[in-house]
Amino acid sequence: MSPFELSLQEVGAKLRSKELSVTELVDASYKRIAQTDDTIKAFITLNEQEARKQAGELDQKLASSEAQGALFGLPAGIKDNIVTEGLLTTCASQFLNNYNPIYDATVTRKLRDAGTVTIGKLNMDEFAMGGSNENSSFYATRNPWNSEYVPGGSSGGSAAAVAAGQVYFSLGSDTGGSIRQPAAYCGIVGLKPTYGLVSRFGLVAFASSLDQIGPLTKNVEDAAHVLQAIAGYDASDTTSANVAIPNYSEALTGDVKGLRIAVPKEYLGEGIDPRVKEAVMNALKTYESLGATWEEVSLPHTEYAIATYYLLASSEASSNLARFDGVRYGVRADNPENLIDLYRKSRSQGFGPEVKRRIMLGTYALSSGYYDAYYLKAQKVRTLIKQDFDQVFEKYDLVIGPTAPTTAFRIGEQVGDPLTMYLNDICTIPVSLAGIPAISIPCGQADGLPIGMQIIGKAFDESTVLRAAHAFEANTEFHKQRPTL
Amino acid sequence: MSITLKDVEHVANLARLELSDAEKSQFTDQLNAILKYAEKLNELNTDDVEPTSHVFELVNVMREDVQKESLPIEQVLLNAPDEEDDQIKVPAVIE
Repeated sequence: MSPFELSLQEVGAKLRSKELSVTELVDASYKRIAQTDDTIKAFITLNEQEARKQAGELDQKLASSEAQGALFGLPAGIKDNIVTEGLLTTCASQFLNNYNPIYDATVTRKLRDAGTVTIGKLNMDEFAMGGSNENSSFYATRNPWNSEYVPGGSSGGSAAAVAAGQVYFSLGSDTGGSIRQPAAYCGIVGLKPTYGLVSRFGLVAFASSLDQIGPLTKNVEDAAHVLQAIAGYDASDTTSANVAIPNYSEALTGDVKGLRIAVPKEYLGEGIDPRVKEAVMNALKTYESLGATWEEVSLPHTEYAIATYYLLASSEASSNLARFDGVRYGVRADNPENLIDLYRKSRSQGFGPEVKRRIMLGTYALSSGYYDAYYLKAQKVRTLIKQDFDQVFEKYDLVIGPTAPTTAFRIGEQVGDPLTMYLNDICTIPVSLAGIPAISIPCGQADGLPIGMQIIGKAFDESTVLRAAHAFEANTEFHKQRPTL
Repeated sequence: MSITLKDVEHVANLARLELSDAEKSQFTDQLNAILKYAEKLNELNTDDVEPTSHVFELVNVMREDVQKESLPIEQVLLNAPDEEDDQIKVPAVIE
């Protein structure tokens, strides 16, 4: 059995009793990667030499028998848009194919302080723009459940690596669903925290008012511990929330009696695969049997969320990606005629088509004459979408629905039509626009592919989200299913 | 509103992107499709709605005006494509 199947407590106990060492955990990770990553292609860069050195140092620390935290010694993967000092960070773009960060992201530093070992950098859609990992400029990651299918995106590598047992957990980023949707497609747990809970310092920005870093794990308990390690105010991120961080593990009581669940009719209507709907309805029955109640509600502005998101996210992206000009870092084009030509050639050579498309869309939406009609209008609709949730949360504790309208699709199936690809995010996008937390957990399968349920909570109420997710897990077996590789 | 090839060229110039003829044509079609979809938002009357630029109340975050150490020059230049005399080198800006 893989040591990654052990619970956090079991790993901790075995490390303390010397039955297991950090070096052995790291060995297991690289061995599994060697066995599976030719097919899965979850990783862009491996950190083997440094990781083994760190493992040795951590094993020394163990010998000193000071108490260690829950994440001590765990091999972790980090999405390649989160900077890691001295370790190539590419955002899966040719523009940054040589970028060597001079600093660690806050989350990178926090994980290191918690004693985890960075195994490598995980594949993603370029600059986090995509929902299938097919927009990576290197290669497409495969779904461990069926290698002809996408793992989802943009944190496709992060989800696949956990599902394939290559790492104990990973970090991803979520702007419109990029942690939750791949978690659903790969049958694992993925959490997007409340906007501002986790520092964005060191996360290469895509859409600054939406981006959040979060954990991808094999179960809810692990997600709670990783969140504990990475959450918290950071002076280096001016959008960081200065709020008290609760003890998330304490929320995992197993008790959901009296929990009031809202189920938006817009999330179970047309366009949702009936097998996905059935899995979610069965999950609601499970919640009823545990003493929770649920009612149908309406989030009337749901149908405007995708258009709102793509205008806002693309606009913010067009501004954020202006820094990639070939001057200070990244790949610079040869023989430019002048400075502007340098910018043009470097960017055009470095960026893939989806990135260019979104920069174009965003630039247009912000340009003189169109700003009011597109960007400002979208910001106003964002207010209405957030208010829909505020109203529901006056009477309910959580909102539940599917994470995605379908299970994973085939590689290449949606590449020709960007708009179809965008519509996969219908369940996750409204949550991002409202800035509230949500988790995806496995709740079923269809034709051998996992189905994810999304549990959405009030701002900064990750505890209730985790409690509900954990209780479902404690009473079902979906989270124990593993792909055969 | 419909985007023309001229619009695409204008926007590409603003965005400092160089597009091939094939890309320009493809983007014209794709952007038109996306913007047509976005016109949905006009179904909503938002005259009395405040725009949301940030989901949660944020005020300007300041720090004390205290001098700190700057980046060591080796770090500044670590990823620079071209450098000279401790400076990042670029093509001439001024004619």
